[in-house]
Amino acid sequence: MSDIVLEARDLVKHFPLTQGILFKRQIGAVRAVDGINLQLRRGETLGIVGESGCGKSTLARMLVGLETPTSGDLFVQGRNMAKVGGTERRRGRRNIQLVMQDPYTSLNPRMTVGAIVGEPFEVHPEVLAKPKRRARVQELLDLVGLNPDHINRYPHQFSGGQRQRIGIARALALNPEIILCDEPVSALDVSIQAQVINLLEKLQDELGLSYIFIAHDLSVVRHIADRVAVMYLGRVVEIGTEDQIYENPTHPYTQALLSAVPVPDPKLRGLRDQIVLTGDVPSPANPPSGCRFRTRCWKAQDICAQQEPELAVRQSSAHPSACHFAEVRDVVHAQR
Amino acid sequence: MSTDVNVKLDALPGLDSDALPLEVKDLHVEFRTRNGIAHAVNGVSFSLRAGETRAILGESGCGKSVTAQAIMGILDTPPGFVTGGEIRYRGVDLLQLREAQRRQVRANRIAMIFQDALSALNPVFTVGFQLGELFRKHRGMSRADSKARAIELLDLVKIPAAKQRVNEYPHQFSGGMRQRVMIAMALALDPEVLIADEPTTALDVTVQAQIMALLAELQQERNMGLLLITHDMGVVADVADQISVMYAGRVIEEAQVRDIYESPSHPYTKGLLESIPRLDLKGQELSAIKGLPPLLTDIPAGCAFSPRCRYAQDACRQDPMPPLHQVAPGRSSACHFWKEVKADV
Repeated sequence: MSDIVLEARDLVKHFPLTQGILFKRQIGAVRAVDGINLQLRRGETLGIVGESGCGKSTLARMLVGLETPTSGDLFVQGRNMAKVGGTERRRGRRNIQLVMQDPYTSLNPRMTVGAIVGEPFEVHPEVLAKPKRRARVQELLDLVGLNPDHINRYPHQFSGGQRQRIGIARALALNPEIILCDEPVSALDVSIQAQVINLLEKLQDELGLSYIFIAHDLSVVRHIADRVAVMYLGRVVEIGTEDQIYENPTHPYTQALLSAVPVPDPKLRGLRDQIVLTGDVPSPANPPSGCRFRTRCWKAQDICAQQEPELAVRQSSAHPSACHFAEVRDVVHAQR
Repeated sequence: MSTDVNVKLDALPGLDSDALPLEVKDLHVEFRTRNGIAHAVNGVSFSLRAGETRAILGESGCGKSVTAQAIMGILDTPPGFVTGGEIRYRGVDLLQLREAQRRQVRANRIAMIFQDALSALNPVFTVGFQLGELFRKHRGMSRADSKARAIELLDLVKIPAAKQRVNEYPHQFSGGMRQRVMIAMALALDPEVLIADEPTTALDVTVQAQIMALLAELQQERNMGLLLITHDMGVVADVADQISVMYAGRVIEEAQVRDIYESPSHPYTKGLLESIPRLDLKGQELSAIKGLPPLLTDIPAGCAFSPRCRYAQDACRQDPMPPLHQVAPGRSSACHFWKEVKADV
């Protein structure tokens, strides 16, 4: 079998906009995700970055099966999730688990930690016989650095960082191969953030996991990711290795995004060539024609309005970039 | 409300126009809750000069926002009480003023912007009405005049088509635009001190860059003192002149921005800086600070950071806590072992 554990082909999610109460008619659609191709290889971490509203969370929900794609195909370990039958699909889903952003709302306050971490076994009872579950839950708590004796405690007895560990333990319960982390550390303080990132990296080494790591914090993504995809308005605008994206960004949006990240080094103040974008992200219900970034782009020409640039390798760019005028620009950014 | 207009700023007791625009001395704030007394601020001191930017840096629960609320006089009382210290605006101790006088200083001389602009704005009034309210209440202007001023303000913070947008409601604005409205509101009466409590935390980085650039520009134009409350060390490095780092309700290190980033002299500051992912450490473990911040109802004896500190010795775990003392011109640290911390690279 190939090394690709997860593949998305032309994945699209449109949320219909309707008018009228009794006789609803569709008057448009929010194009949250609009044709995304991704491949995740075994053991790697794919970072997905983008601003709010770019569709990264909708993409995540489709990948784990919480949202049905409008069109396009999703392959988990070679299985087309839309085509296979119920049992097979459940087995596929078992292999891809989600760690959610908010450790406060993603845990049921009325359930004990043991019940939360053990709940996946209720959904997939074939994984582990009932009598063995409690021991397994304790093992999982130990694995994520929590005290196994705290199995009967409730979420409110834990701090934010510890709760995120509970969420990670729950995601690991079914021995998945792929973990999808949707902003796993953005609700945490810096010092706690580092603890959770270290834990995720340790688990990847020990269990051979593949990660999809969605975040808006570019320096965290750079630290953890092998490859990075940059999203804008439902599309991937640039994808490449961590080095290619951060050192040689070729899409103007990537360049602006990187240059906007404040650098924790006062000596670089005023020396950075900061690209301050004007305006806001356009509405995904009515994206601009052609290149979606053209309304905020300083390089935009007539061709950008007429023809949507393909996400492809060009002469001036060693990795795929969706810009007619892709070229490397040196951006002084988050890390030197 | 009409009393506002009548209280004269010049009549404030002890006003000295040569004194600093903001000086906080040994401020103490506690929250009396059912679970005991939470000591949120325990002796915070700092000063702010005109045109200067001071960052108060710290993690959630360190007391940075409570300090800001105490300065503004918008602390929830009860359960929050200021139990000691002074907050001086140009020599006037704000804590000694009557509420009517305090209200006159608020917005007029010291203004504040909040993290969440959507909940800070009133959803049932137009943006123009809310901006104009300042002029009507504090300056006694008419509705028409105040609206004209509101449009000027929206122009000032670079909101396009200000004439139309002045009649819109907060929900019709995007996150970045709402934060601009907040800034406009704070600057309406031309204050000398602006307190910004996590002004860009809820915003995307590209919008954050726009807002910080706007704040810096307006600050320079007006020679305003800016108190920036944040946990983001990148933003601080970009805009601050002075930094006070807070932990468990105390300032544990104070210095100029370059000194802090070059050679932190408190283990907590050092730990914070090391927790930021860096390129040369890719693939390695981040050096996280172990453990958790203490509960404010139960702050450990001696140095509050000692249970998490790798430099801690027995002396650190005993009272009194190490005082914030000067370790070099213009910088102070509240650590017994600041020399070792500073020398360690």
